[in-house]
Order: sequence, then C-alpha cells, then structure tokens
Amino acid sequence: MQFGIMSVSDITRDPVSGHTPSEAERIKNIVRIAVHAEEVGLDVFAIGEHHNPPFFSSSPTTLLSHIGALTEKLTVTTSTTLITTNDPVRLAEEYAMLQHLTQGRMDLMLGRGNTAPVYPWFGQDIRQGLPLALENYNLLHRLWREDVVDWEGQFRTPLQGFTSTPRPLDDVPPFVWHGSIRTPEIAEQAAFYGNGYFANNIFWPKEHYKRLITFYRQRFEHYGHGTRKQAIVGLGGQAFIAKNSQDAHDQFRPYFNEAPVYGHGPTMEDFEEMTPLSVGSPQEVIDKTLTFREAFGDYQRQLFLVDHAGLPVDTVLKQLDLLGEHVVPVLRAELEARRDPEAPANPPSHADLIKAKYGDQTPRQPRPNANRGDNVTGGSPYQDSETSVESYPTL
Amino acid sequence: MTDFRLVVVSAGVSDPSSTRLLADRATQRVTALARERGHAVTVTTVDLRELLQELPAALSSQLLGPRVTRAVDALVAADAIVAAAPVYKAGASGLFTSFFQVLDNDLLIGKPVILAATAGTARHALVVDEEMRALFAYLRALPVPTSLFASTEDWTDTSLGTRIDRAARELVLLMESGFARAVRDDAWGAYQHTYGSAGGTELDIELDSDMMRLATGGSLRPSADEDPFDPRNG
Repeated sequence: MQFGIMSVSDITRDPVSGHTPSEAERIKNIVRIAVHAEEVGLDVFAIGEHHNPPFFSSSPTTLLSHIGALTEKLTVTTSTTLITTNDPVRLAEEYAMLQHLTQGRMDLMLGRGNTAPVYPWFGQDIRQGLPLALENYNLLHRLWREDVVDWEGQFRTPLQGFTSTPRPLDDVPPFVWHGSIRTPEIAEQAAFYGNGYFANNIFWPKEHYKRLITFYRQRFEHYGHGTRKQAIVGLGGQAFIAKNSQDAHDQFRPYFNEAPVYGHGPTMEDFEEMTPLSVGSPQEVIDKTLTFREAFGDYQRQLFLVDHAGLPVDTVLKQLDLLGEHVVPVLRAELEARRDPEAPANPPSHADLIKAKYGDQTPRQPRPNANRGDNVTGGSPYQDSETSVESYPTL
Repeated sequence: MTDFRLVVVSAGVSDPSSTRLLADRATQRVTALARERGHAVTVTTVDLRELLQELPAALSSQLLGPRVTRAVDALVAADAIVAAAPVYKAGASGLFTSFFQVLDNDLLIGKPVILAATAGTARHALVVDEEMRALFAYLRALPVPTSLFASTEDWTDTSLGTRIDRAARELVLLMESGFARAVRDDAWGAYQHTYGSAGGTELDIELDSDMMRLATGGSLRPSADEDPFDPRNG
C-alpha cells in the first residue's frame, strides 16, 4: 500500500495571518513539502494542473522532474493531468521525458478539468469534455506503445508516420490512472486498458463512489486483466491532524470556513460526518481511513490533501510529520494485515512493468537510425524497428 | 386496491402554518377519496423548515445532509406529491424553490402533484400557475389542472373546499392511471439522466453507446464506407 499527498496547487490567503503567499513563495514551498514527504516516509507526491490563478501548477512535469532530482524513493505523479485541453502528443512526449529523468519513479493520473473557461483558451469546448478525454487517451495509449503511429480522430489534426520521442523508458509506458467520480465511461476506459482507477474521495459521501469502483472492478475482470480484487484502485482523502481532537478542530476550523472548495456551505462537523474528511487525533484519522477499505475493498494508493486552503507551510510540514510518524505506519500495518492475498499490495512500479513485459529478458533500448537528411526517419525510425512488437501485456 | 405513497412537501415556516394547513386539507381529501375508491394511502410529510440547516450545504456543494436525503428517498418512492409554499415578495418562498432546485432533474418525472400556495393577499394568486407550475414543468412532473391558492379571505370561503375536492380527485385519478410508473418502466431511457441522479435509481450503466465504444478504443469518426463521396472510398 502506497501513501502520499496530493496538492491542487492553490495559492490561498492564510485566513489566520492574512498573508497571501507570492507565486514564488508557494512554488518554493511545494518543493519543500514534496521533499519532506519523502523524509517522513511517504511514497507518493502528486501535483494538480491548472491554467488560471490562484493556482501555480501549469507545468507539472517541470516541477515533478525537479522533485524527482531532489528525492530518491518518492514516486511523483499528478492529480490530475488534463487529458482534455492538452494535446496527447505533448503529454506523450513530456511524461516520457519525466519517466526517463526520474528513472521510472513516476506515473500519472488523467482527469478532465471542470473549469469551463479554460477549454476555449486551448481551442476546446467543455461540452465535448468526455469524448475529448476518451479519444485523447486512446491516442496517448498508442503513442507510448507504437513507434510509428497513423491516426485520425474527431478533435486533433491527423498524424501520419508520427513517432513520439523519447520512447518510454525501457520501452515500457508509464502507469496511468484515470480519475473520475461520476463518469462510467472513464471507469470503463480504465478497465478496458487495464489501467488504474482513482476516486478523489473528497466532496461526497464515500458511498457515492462505491458503485463506480465496483463497476470498474467488474469491467477490469471482464477485459481479462485479472480478477476484480486485482484491479488497481486509488483514493484521495483529506486529513488535519493534531495530538488531540479538540486542537485539530480549533486549528483547522478557520481554514475550513474560508476554503473555497467547501463552498462556504456546510459546517466542518457536517463535512466530517458526511464526507471522508477527517479532523482529529492520529487515532481518529486512522479509524476513518480504515473505513475506506471496508467500503471499496483492498486498494493500492491513498493520497491525502494536506496543503490547501491557505495553510502555512510550517503547518503543512508539521502535518507531514504527524502523518509519517503516527498515522501512516499504523495504517500500513493494519491494511497489510487485512489485505486479501489476491489483491496487489501496491500499484505497478516501473520494475513490475518491465518484468511483466520482458520477464527476465533485457528491456529494449531504442536507438534511432541515422538522420536521412530530411530530419524525418519515416516508417522505421529505430534500428530495431522492423521487428515489430505484436502485443503489449498489461498488468 | 393499490397502496399509494403520498409525499407532502410544505414550506410553511410558522407553527401553526397556514401553508401546512392548506397542504393538510388537500392531503386529507386525497386520502379520504382514495380510500373510498378502495386504495390505501401512506402519507409522508416533509416540513421544509426542518431542512433549513442542511440547505446551504446542498445548494453550494451538492452535499445532501441526512434530512434532505430522507426527503429525497421519500420523493423517489412517491406515487403523488402535495407541494405547498407561502408566497413572499410575489414569488414562492426561497425555501420552497431552493429545495426543488437541489433535486435531480429526473427525480419527479411523471409524478402527479397538487400545487398549493398561501398568501396574505389575493394579488399573489397567479404565483401558483405562473411560477410554481413552470418549476414543476421543468422537472417534468405532472401538476393537476386545479391549483390551490388561499389568501386571508379564502379561509372562510366554501369555494376553497370545492377547489380542494377537485384537485384531490384529479390527483387520485392520475395516481390510479399509473402514468408515472409506466413512464419509468417503458420510457425511462428516453429522458436525460446523469450518473447517480434520481436518488441513484436513474439507470443501469449503459454499455451500448458511442461514448462507451470510444472509451474502449473506438472512434467517433464515421467509417468511410457509409459515405459514397468520401475520398477514402476512391
């Protein structure tokens, strides 16, 4: 079981001190937060993608490759990468590059993005959000698995003889999660390709996601990627921890009350009761998190939202200390003890994917043919291109 | 004999409330008439003022509290509805409209409804037909032809009782027709639903659709062989 944190990259005024961090401050601090996540023993750091203030994370791969360089074990990922407004060709290129630079310590999570004005800035229309997401991923999937792609779709200009470079590390595509909370088509796509499925598990009662996760598990099995229990599920969640419950409530309340994501509607107590939010002592956070497994079955990745709503960086680092020292070790032990042996303990790592594809053979290392003078290498761009690979096993 | 489930939604906020009183009078006539015709009626009353604390969260975050959830569950199962609002500032009260705006668009499709309003002056009389009826038309519910409206002078006028009788009979006849159930059984797929709407009863997940084919590696582009002028058929 992997544990980590996910950030939406909001730059929010601290309602207690009145201080609004500059972009420079917040970007510097997110790097501290990510590095500290590794120091306290967490496994994953995820960053969101936004293209409007008050968010800073327009370029997730740049940030993640920097964090990758400063860490040794941490897996970097996204929460989420916009599969709608990004060109899938650029996604294939950028994330393959990130995969090389982090030596495979990365994966990515795809989402649609729900901010309507962002779509036209990138020449798209939110009303086409779902078909865009589905079609773009179909292309991205092929770009990472076929050296040369001919492709024609509804939204993007056609491709003839296109090679996305660099080829994925060891010619093994990064693991992909599809994030969704209410779209059966996204769950179906995740299941069809044998990819992971992630529910943000933040705004609604957890029962809301249950049906879709069950559907994903059934379809994962239907498409022959393994049993229902072997499907790869990730969940979000949010926690605010203090030594005792009352302190946690007192410290977090001003941030909760001001946070735009809560809509200024529900009280914190309502939200704790109705959603997966846990505010309290380490034991309370542990107990609540354990209910996720009861609802959804064994899952492989738990990400907590800890750095939003204007919480100052020192508080966030302290939260990481508490998570790493008092919460995650207990959760690891408890969840491992309860795990059905059939269910994978972790999502596939790069090493797992290499093993699945090559067994004990040496991974392919694509070497380009010489430039023919036109900067285009045509139908056999790599020295071993003519030995085409027929099928690509998935986990 | 059928066992009908009637849900009464009242937005009156005082106690006693004339809005609730009007709703109760309609409810009594509906149950009496239905029993005369050999049906049993189970009545569930939703007093919206008890939901007041949960509505801000529902409006801002679509987060339904336990009471709103119970009200939604009752409406999902309802065979007919009595919906009563006080008129404030020339419109149905904010509490009333807020509640119905929180509901899924497909929750009340085809369900017969008695619309009722109360006000301090007869000048508000058309609020029921011009405003409340439009709201229920949007929700594709089936308001009965006779609307109920009571201002101060109506409470002593026997013709209010006549109108209540008329509306109650219309409601019972519509319930007996089984229209809402037939729509649900025969034509539910012809209405727009979203995942988890109608209290989670919307539909099974439909696998046979263009979007599902696209999700599984298909294409939205029409295939060339359908179009004789497509150059790909050269």
